[in-house]
Amino acid sequence: MKEFDPGEAPSSIVSITDRVKQLPLGAAVGSVHFLGDRAFFVGAEECVAIATADGEITRTETHFGAILCAASDGKRLVTGGDDGKLIAIDAKGETAIITTDAKRRWIDNVALHGDGTVAWSAGKTAFVRNPKGEEKTFEVPSTVGGLAFAPKGLRLAIAHYNGVTLWFPNMAANPEFLEWAGSHLAVSFSPDNKFLVTAMHEAAMHGWRLADNRHMRMSGYPGRVRSMSWSVGGKGLATSGADTVIVWPFTSKDGPMGKEPAMLAPMPARVAVVACHPKNDIMAVGYADGTVLMVRLEDGAEILVRRNAGTAVSALGWNAKGTLLAFGTEDGDAGILEM
Amino acid sequence: MAEASQKIPVTVLTGYLGAGKTTLLNRILSENHGKKYAVIVNEFGEIGIDNDLIIGADEEVFEMNNGCVCCTVRGDLVRIMDGLMKRKGKFDAIIVETTGLADPAPVAQTFFVDEDVQKNARLDAVVTVADAKWLSDRLKDAPEAKNQIAFADVIVLNKTDLVSKPELAEVEARIRGINPYAKLHRTERCQVGLTDVLERGAFDLDRILEIEPDFLEAGDDHDHDHDHHHHDHDHHHHHDHSHGGLKHYHDEDMQSLSLRSEKPLDPTKFMPWLQNLVATEGQKILRSKGILAFTGDDDRYVFQGVHMMLEGDHQRKWKDGEKRESRVVFIGRELPEQAIRDGFEQCITT
Repeated sequence: MKEFDPGEAPSSIVSITDRVKQLPLGAAVGSVHFLGDRAFFVGAEECVAIATADGEITRTETHFGAILCAASDGKRLVTGGDDGKLIAIDAKGETAIITTDAKRRWIDNVALHGDGTVAWSAGKTAFVRNPKGEEKTFEVPSTVGGLAFAPKGLRLAIAHYNGVTLWFPNMAANPEFLEWAGSHLAVSFSPDNKFLVTAMHEAAMHGWRLADNRHMRMSGYPGRVRSMSWSVGGKGLATSGADTVIVWPFTSKDGPMGKEPAMLAPMPARVAVVACHPKNDIMAVGYADGTVLMVRLEDGAEILVRRNAGTAVSALGWNAKGTLLAFGTEDGDAGILEM
Repeated sequence: MAEASQKIPVTVLTGYLGAGKTTLLNRILSENHGKKYAVIVNEFGEIGIDNDLIIGADEEVFEMNNGCVCCTVRGDLVRIMDGLMKRKGKFDAIIVETTGLADPAPVAQTFFVDEDVQKNARLDAVVTVADAKWLSDRLKDAPEAKNQIAFADVIVLNKTDLVSKPELAEVEARIRGINPYAKLHRTERCQVGLTDVLERGAFDLDRILEIEPDFLEAGDDHDHDHDHHHHDHDHHHHHDHSHGGLKHYHDEDMQSLSLRSEKPLDPTKFMPWLQNLVATEGQKILRSKGILAFTGDDDRYVFQGVHMMLEGDHQRKWKDGEKRESRVVFIGRELPEQAIRDGFEQCITT
């Protein structure tokens, strides 16, 4: 019997590493977001670095301390910090303070709605503020782990210990509670508004079909899922946490229930970040050893964007048109690739 | 994964209400020791020092979804550690203060269970501040106070100026009846050397050098390895008896149990026995530690545990002339002593 073939050797993968514009930022990157064609690298502390595809970098001071969360709707970037501030940055790089927590609590989570409403959380309290500046708050039983707006209507999912609360800030109705034992962190609606998924503190995902609140257990990960991304049209959910990308199928009305996930792009390192392309069935994958790949969802074909070097990839992002890919690492290296 | 030395040390500071935790914290934060501490506190505002690295916590105890009821972690701590790690390099160590009524186990277990926390930080020691005047009473009526003493690596017996010498001897004996292994410091206004409470390495396997009761400071050098099996349990609340002028108590529900063997242990029997023991009795066992000599193994093996969680490793070669003796210590509540002793005996190579 022949030896098991572990796949193509790295040298035989198509490489486009030489087409990446290097951006030596020198400070750990937490996340990256595009506003127009400029990449906004949110640092772990204090600063947002704004880079063009040509490699020109400018910096904007935002927080006095750690930047704990960031979200973007393509028009602005909003960050929350351990200085209790929630700050908006526009495409020009101008900053404005949205709010300062009265008790200077950490702003742990932030989410943006298409109509300009912003949601954030500090401890157990979730806040929403609409474009007119009207603010509402809602308290959940334990610290908020994650926030997400539904794609339709003004409905906020608040993940916490033992479940997710679905809050309708503009309605008097009682919030809906989706229960599942354990600590729920990141939360996300499927783009078709039919499913809600959470990444849990333990090495598992959980989901609910919103029509009937039926549970979807998505487990088997060796590590915690820190990153998830819906593929174009919401056909699949790509997740980190294993040494391959785990992509759960969401094409049928049952979601991934009773189905095996696709396992793509195996590497001898843990997947740290995933980011699906906004228009095509490809995704960018960053690994704990510093490797960045582009992977075709259909057949798992790989292109090498960055060789393994240094520390883990901590951020990946596409521009809205899908023509630019940006990545950043824990040790402050970054790059932009023009397609 | 970072080496142990690069991981940020975390001191857990416990103590019943009013024992003097805040006094000790204020000292740590204000004294000139050249180190910067991040402090996770429960009562914001009690600390009189302005520091952007003082973080308020909610003390949220989460059960892990692994079917083990005593496997709890501090969910808020996981989140705070995550945020603090973004500011790595801005501080040298972390202190986690718990409320007076807290069980230290979920805090300690957070550092065993959570992958990301474990990658960046290491538990240094559990330090318990106790009030010399009131501790004896609290040990009778507050199970939390007993837990905190049993769990401790370092006990700061504070407010000793408020009690007489016999009262002090009494409270110390009660502490020792529960936990003879912690380092005990008698203080007034928490005037203890900070090096005696910080950077202790109590959870560092390499520093589990000796497991000896901390009795030497009592000026008493006879063998204190009381195994308690000479007691007839007549269910008075406390037993006391004297050795060389030092009072001894046997606490009815929280004890330590020490096992030793000069003959080597059979690793194929000991490891399954230990794992089974903590799996079945882990709720009762607060802390465990051991230095082991295995048959046909020239290395010392060391382990430690918190409830059901164990970690162990080969430590180093036994030295020439060093007595190859195995010692195991359990501190816990209503330990099934005879069953543990019998089980241990079965692991000795004959």
